[in-house]
Amino acid sequence: MNILNLFVLIPLVMLFALWLCRNIKQIRTVMVAGSTLLLALSVYLTIDFIALRSAGVTAPQLYCNSWSWFPSLNICYSIGVDGISVAMLLLSSIIVFTGTFASWNIKPQTKEFFLWYVLLSLGVYGFFITTDMFAMFMFYETALIPMYLLIGVWGSGKKEYSAMKLTLMLMGGSAFLLMGILGIYYGSGATTMNIHEIAQLNNIPTDIQYIFFPLTFIGFGVLGALFPFHTWSPDGHASAPTSVSMLHAGVLMKLGGYGCFRIAMYLLPQAANDLAWIFIILTTISVVYGALSAISQTDLKYINAYSSVSHCGLVLFAILMMTQTSCTGAILQMLSHGLMTALFFALIGMIYGRTHTRDIRQMQGLMKIMPFLAVGYVIAGLANLGLPGFSGFIAEMTIFVGAFMVDDTFHRAVTIIACTSIVITAVYILRVVGKILYGEPTNEEHKKLSDATWDERFTVICLVICVAGLGIAPMWVSDLINSGVGDIITNLRP
Amino acid sequence: MNYSQFFSMIPEVSLLAIFVAILIFDLVATGRYRRMFHAMVCLLIIPHVYVCMEFGGKEQTLFGGMYYTNSMIALMKAMLTFGSALVILQAHRWLRSTHTYYKQGEFYILLLSTLVGMYFMLSARHFLLFYIGMELASLPLACLVAFDKYRHHSAEAGIKYVLTSMFASAAMLYGISFLYGTTGTLYFDDMIAGITGSPMQIFAMVMFFSGLGFKISLVPFHLWTADSYQGAPTVVTAYLSVISKGAAVFTLFTILTKVFAPMTAQWQLMLYILIVASITIANLFAIKQTNLKRFMAFSSISQAGYIMLAVIGGTAQGMSSMVYYILVYIVANLAVFGIIETIEHAKEGEIVRDDCNGLYKTNPRLSLLMTLALFSLAGIPPFAGFFSKFFVFMSAFDAGFIVLVFIALINTVISLYYYLLIVKAMYITPNDNPIPHVKCDLFARISLGACLLGIILLGICSFVYIGIDKLTF
Repeated sequence: MNILNLFVLIPLVMLFALWLCRNIKQIRTVMVAGSTLLLALSVYLTIDFIALRSAGVTAPQLYCNSWSWFPSLNICYSIGVDGISVAMLLLSSIIVFTGTFASWNIKPQTKEFFLWYVLLSLGVYGFFITTDMFAMFMFYETALIPMYLLIGVWGSGKKEYSAMKLTLMLMGGSAFLLMGILGIYYGSGATTMNIHEIAQLNNIPTDIQYIFFPLTFIGFGVLGALFPFHTWSPDGHASAPTSVSMLHAGVLMKLGGYGCFRIAMYLLPQAANDLAWIFIILTTISVVYGALSAISQTDLKYINAYSSVSHCGLVLFAILMMTQTSCTGAILQMLSHGLMTALFFALIGMIYGRTHTRDIRQMQGLMKIMPFLAVGYVIAGLANLGLPGFSGFIAEMTIFVGAFMVDDTFHRAVTIIACTSIVITAVYILRVVGKILYGEPTNEEHKKLSDATWDERFTVICLVICVAGLGIAPMWVSDLINSGVGDIITNLRP
Repeated sequence: MNYSQFFSMIPEVSLLAIFVAILIFDLVATGRYRRMFHAMVCLLIIPHVYVCMEFGGKEQTLFGGMYYTNSMIALMKAMLTFGSALVILQAHRWLRSTHTYYKQGEFYILLLSTLVGMYFMLSARHFLLFYIGMELASLPLACLVAFDKYRHHSAEAGIKYVLTSMFASAAMLYGISFLYGTTGTLYFDDMIAGITGSPMQIFAMVMFFSGLGFKISLVPFHLWTADSYQGAPTVVTAYLSVISKGAAVFTLFTILTKVFAPMTAQWQLMLYILIVASITIANLFAIKQTNLKRFMAFSSISQAGYIMLAVIGGTAQGMSSMVYYILVYIVANLAVFGIIETIEHAKEGEIVRDDCNGLYKTNPRLSLLMTLALFSLAGIPPFAGFFSKFFVFMSAFDAGFIVLVFIALINTVISLYYYLLIVKAMYITPNDNPIPHVKCDLFARISLGACLLGIILLGICSFVYIGIDKLTF
């Protein structure tokens, strides 16, 4: 029995158990039990993985297993993890766990909400554990489609429009991606769908790489909010219910970055080297444009959504720099952004649940009314703008140092341009914090509001601990992901 | 003449036996026995699926090469029988209504005779037998389409179907006569030697193709589809959209690869254009449809385009992915039509998209099944449709039609949009008085349950595809 299979089996059992549930108490029991189990499992996996690595195991993938699925098409269900996937699994479990508490009082149709929620997390877990392109693509799409109903039914604002836009854009992306996958499969001689075997073969002709690298990169890039395919993100995040925003910005957008790194660049290294400049320009635009857009927004969720565009752009930016340091930074940024954006969306959801507005012009002095949430918001904000001691600082620092190591004018210039996003981030974060948290409360209605309940406090505390923990002690994560990043970089820069 | 050859055609002969049993029962049964009619037919037809699989699989050639069967053809026959059984199961409520109750027997007989026709289409290795099978599969269908003859739309749809059908088969006969003229034979095996790709033969092929293109309802032979689908009784629409289409696609594949093999470049070009046209035009039309049956008509045209992606390569992998696609398409499409039939009964009239508004509140199970079926049609994992679409794309990509696959992929996004419109209506759009709760009868439940199992398991359990793959060529 491979431990990784549990990441798929537990959500399946949860789906089945939820189906049988009769009341809200049972639903909550199933959700808490299941997500705690998944969290414990991923913590165990992380510890075990680090222990194996420090014991000197050097195989690129651990816990590997493979079962033949459609033998005539060389499709296998093969699983295996390296440091990057372990880190991503840990991130996903934390977000799923806290998201459960963030949607403690979701109404109506609680059961259906959690059914789709668990299906979404099933797709995410499956994506990170598989090493077969077909299975990966299957889990990828499994994670996308529940978003439609989660946003459409339980969302707010112009939810129908946003849900449709998000689904269609992401599915359009996966149409590109499917082309890329087929191209890689047939380009490498149609003998295997396994990522690592294809990477070892390394026999895809250059002209085929030139065609399919952009397709694959854009396919994943749509989910990673690559400019100009990011427009689903602000609408989608703004309309989604709290826990879905958390899961989506926290984990799902990371699928994009992970896929770009693991499939597009790892398997098509020649084209990645030659065509990177196009995407570097696009991601630089993402980084700066996202941050600038956030300044001009007045809706809290829109601000955070554009901030996500900027930060996820930074992930893609970093992996395109193709140095060990910058790619380590990219993975750190995925973790860091996942945690702090989840914290942000959780807090926004909680504030919105009380004030019933997300317009920053209508809120003032919340620090006096709901001190716990307000302090949480300040912490999230500071982490977001990269204050030392929080995860954001570590990640961005590593990325920019790594990017600056590439010694030609073009890379240095775009790095400097991307660096300006740090300053712009500070502008929009501090502006919002100052506007809504400080000062005297002016709205009479708001003065009657209460502070966080226990489940909300629990969510916030968990996430704050993670954000601060990653910022204070980042070395173990670096140890975790170093070898995984190293493999891919070696393939890219032979 | 050796009469024992007749008994070697086990699927056909046993189906004819069922046929005779139904006829006799229809004549003699009165009163309370008549109420068991439907159950009896179901009990006869469901084991027949097994008979087709088990006893029809021996590879043999009969009647001097006119009739040929092997395990793949037997599997195809079993699949079509399975689909027909699902359709018959779903028909129970409709058959018990006052206007159709007294002609229940006719329905079974007409339906099964088209099935016999399709058996012969699949097994034919001679154009004459093929043509007879094709006509046997078309003419009774026209009666079925017009079965609700008191209903204006149904009668109109019947006339439309029969006229276009005759037109198409006339064109096809014209094509066959040219083929005969240039090659001097009607046997598939002999004809291939005389096929050279001369202009006259290209003309013959195009004429011939239009006949089958009509059955598959590819653009530009699709003009009858929407009207006939809308007017016909829903179970007949379901039958038209999957069973008759499935048989025609399989036959087309056989003829294109067996007879027209020397003209591969020509028919690939023709199919290329037709696929792009079918998928794109049908998708664009489907967006605007509000009547659910019309909508499914356009959806089925675009699905036909996707199936043709497997045909265009003409490879062994294309064959297995095509058969697999048809199987998945049968369960998914019949689930949708089964639900339309059920809620149509509750509403007592045609279903438009707005009728689905808020359906989830009153009929959560039906809505969930409908959602899964639509997701499967759209190709969303982990449902079976994802796998079948993926394999179809793989086979076309393998054959080198990369741009075509890309166009088809972009179209899946469009198709997802209109499938999601129905999902949106059921789950999201608020409605103060949705269609009340409907209780399915036992037969419909069995049928929908089988569809649900198929949608969920056909993809993930890979042995189905592996099994089909083993039988190919």
